[in-house]
Amino acid sequence: MAAVMPDHLHGEHHGPTGLMRWITTTNHKDIGTMYLVFSFIMFLSGGVMALTIRAELFQPGLQVVQPEFFNQLTTMHGLVMVFGAIMPAFVGFANWQIPLMIGACDMAFARMNNWSFWLLPPAATLLIGSFFVPGGATAAGWTLYAPLSVQMGMGMDLAIFAIHIMGVSSIMGAINIVVTILNMRAPGMTMMKMPLFCWTWLITAYLLIAVMPVLAGAVTMVLTDRHFGTSFFSAAGGGDPVMYQHIFWFFGHPEVYIMILPAFGIISQIIPTFARKPLFGYASMVYATSSIAILSFSVWAHHMFTTGMPAAGQLFFMYATMLIAVPTGVKVFNWVATMWRGSMTFETPMLFAVGFIFVFTMGGFTGLICAIAPIDIQVQDTYYVVAHFHYVLVAGSLFAIFAGAYYWLPKWTGHMPDERIGKLHFWCSIVFFNITFFPMHFLGLAGMPRRIPDYALQFADFNMLASIGAFGFGLSQLIFLAAVVKCVRGGEKAAARAWEGAEGLEWTVPSPAPHHTFEEAPVVK
Amino acid sequence: MSTRARIAAENRRLLVRLAVAAVVMFGFGFLLVPFYEKICEVTGINNLLKPDTAANTQIDLTRTVTIQFDANIHDLPWQFRPLQTQISVHPGELATVAYEVSNTRSEPVTGQAVPSYGPQLAGQYFRKLECFCFAKQTLAAGEKRTMPVAFVVDPGLPADVTVITLSYTFFEIAGRRVAGDGAGGRS
Ligand code: HEM
Ligand SMILES: [Cu+2]
Repeated sequence: MAAVMPDHLHGEHHGPTGLMRWITTTNHKDIGTMYLVFSFIMFLSGGVMALTIRAELFQPGLQVVQPEFFNQLTTMHGLVMVFGAIMPAFVGFANWQIPLMIGACDMAFARMNNWSFWLLPPAATLLIGSFFVPGGATAAGWTLYAPLSVQMGMGMDLAIFAIHIMGVSSIMGAINIVVTILNMRAPGMTMMKMPLFCWTWLITAYLLIAVMPVLAGAVTMVLTDRHFGTSFFSAAGGGDPVMYQHIFWFFGHPEVYIMILPAFGIISQIIPTFARKPLFGYASMVYATSSIAILSFSVWAHHMFTTGMPAAGQLFFMYATMLIAVPTGVKVFNWVATMWRGSMTFETPMLFAVGFIFVFTMGGFTGLICAIAPIDIQVQDTYYVVAHFHYVLVAGSLFAIFAGAYYWLPKWTGHMPDERIGKLHFWCSIVFFNITFFPMHFLGLAGMPRRIPDYALQFADFNMLASIGAFGFGLSQLIFLAAVVKCVRGGEKAAARAWEGAEGLEWTVPSPAPHHTFEEAPVVK
Repeated sequence: MSTRARIAAENRRLLVRLAVAAVVMFGFGFLLVPFYEKICEVTGINNLLKPDTAANTQIDLTRTVTIQFDANIHDLPWQFRPLQTQISVHPGELATVAYEVSNTRSEPVTGQAVPSYGPQLAGQYFRKLECFCFAKQTLAAGEKRTMPVAFVVDPGLPADVTVITLSYTFFEIAGRRVAGDGAGGRS
């Protein structure tokens, strides 16, 4: 593969400078950076909420916050992390990497790309600003279940508008990604030659287009129930709150795959690089990703086993859910097989990737346990579920984001990240992560409900442990900030191919990647 | 046409298609509502608004069950009470009781009663042949009405259940999508 780049195109940015540059930019790299910075800010905001929650749960009794505010915190923590941190971070990666990986000069719709990003700050302002309106932020849980969400104060309306705006942003971003991948590939870059990160994002983008509008519809129904006299979900008017759950989870389950498929893509880029072997079973990875995406539409009611659905329904959703574990298992198998007999080195990205495989897989197993209807009836709405989804979302999606950040930082900044700081970040994260979330399995099995500010005495020890872990984990993320700042400012110069075993078009352009790349499409052999 | 222009045109075509798909999915979200109601109707999950049939008419004289009656209102300017607090019946025996409801507001109000049972398990053995909860009730200003409930307790009722509480809650129907069209609340 060779990148053909006439000299005059190497030029740096020209046009407005300062703040206007960022507001008006249509460059995929600038926009990618803005997405990543935005999501990191949201990550820290959501983190502060989480630490306030853990501070309250450090001991039984009420010490730090009142129950009403506690409920607002759990709700907003979930919303901010899902819609503000994880999803935009992956879109940031997509913006930076997809054009570089497929040899396109930019995203297909550069101006729309600018819009997709700039919708997010107002949405985040609405969401976080809702803490300060009378009645405070919504406290109905991130799932915004009716009838509670129909009864909340005006904080709920702000959250609904924020979700609408973020939904529009996601859909525009997703359309951009699909069109870029389908139409803008360099000559010779066939679909089955595409880096797996592009494949997983292509499928994620289709999922986004399919389900974000359904979420928008669900919250719109909540809105009209609240203000315009409809009764979709209020039993009083002949509606049905359980129907809300069906509609929400029709979105919600594909949503969890929206948050993990790009992570699978990042891991599939990193493992081959540091194992110095091509990815094992590339085609099966593509098929596994597609089948996960398709199956994800048929399992939503595993979140609803306790709503009194008929046994036949429980059985269907139980088996369908277990079926999804098969393609997920194929992926884990392929990653391990890629490492098998590879010449592995453990730079920070690889550490995070291997950590991901270990810990994410544990989350997959607890998911399988939750999928068993009779067991789930015991653990539903307990800390067991909290443990499950933090294993897949924090150790899964978030660790993949860290892995990807360390992996591509040389391409973004032109400097190698500091290995010592990166390794410190990894070990602190993985140790504190497990101290925080492993005890939650025991808490859940012992029956501690989720989303409560106070608890019975027998849960005290594990909660204290989890809180200590949480503060350790939270502080460890400042190490990441330090690593990134240091890398932006300077450090060992990165070569075009920053990592010895790295393959792909993005490693053929200089580091840092010039403002404009692949103005002349490269030819892929 | 240059390659660049051709790609741009193709991109726009795909953009329009995907945008249409997104709009269709937005509509699909709303389509799930009638779909859900249809499924509930067909599978009989949501049969609160239909009279039950008493299949087994054999009266089990060997035991009696105490039925207690309860009435609640939810944000409604009505008075609502059972005319008897409790009765004893044999399983399989047809019984009729009455509730009284009056509207204290000076305008007509429509409400819907939703039943529930204690213990919950008793619900499936409680067959209501006639009930004011099968339809929404509209009361004129100041109107008072006595409404019967006819029921049979299925003889299949587990022997350890000796007391059943039947509790109704009246909700005001403010919405436009009112019950009575087969879309009632669920148990
Ligand atoms: C093998 C794969 C997986 C299986 C079998 C599985 C199964 C389940 C089940 C049955 C529940 C419902 C538990 C309950 O509420 O009682 C659940 C909850 C959840 N799962 Fe998974 N899961 C898997 C992977 C994932 C992944 C990859 C993610 C996201 C990255 C994820 C995110 C979540 C979340 C966020 C919840 C909780 C939602 C809530 O109630 O707030 N899961 N999972
Ligand atoms: Cu799910």
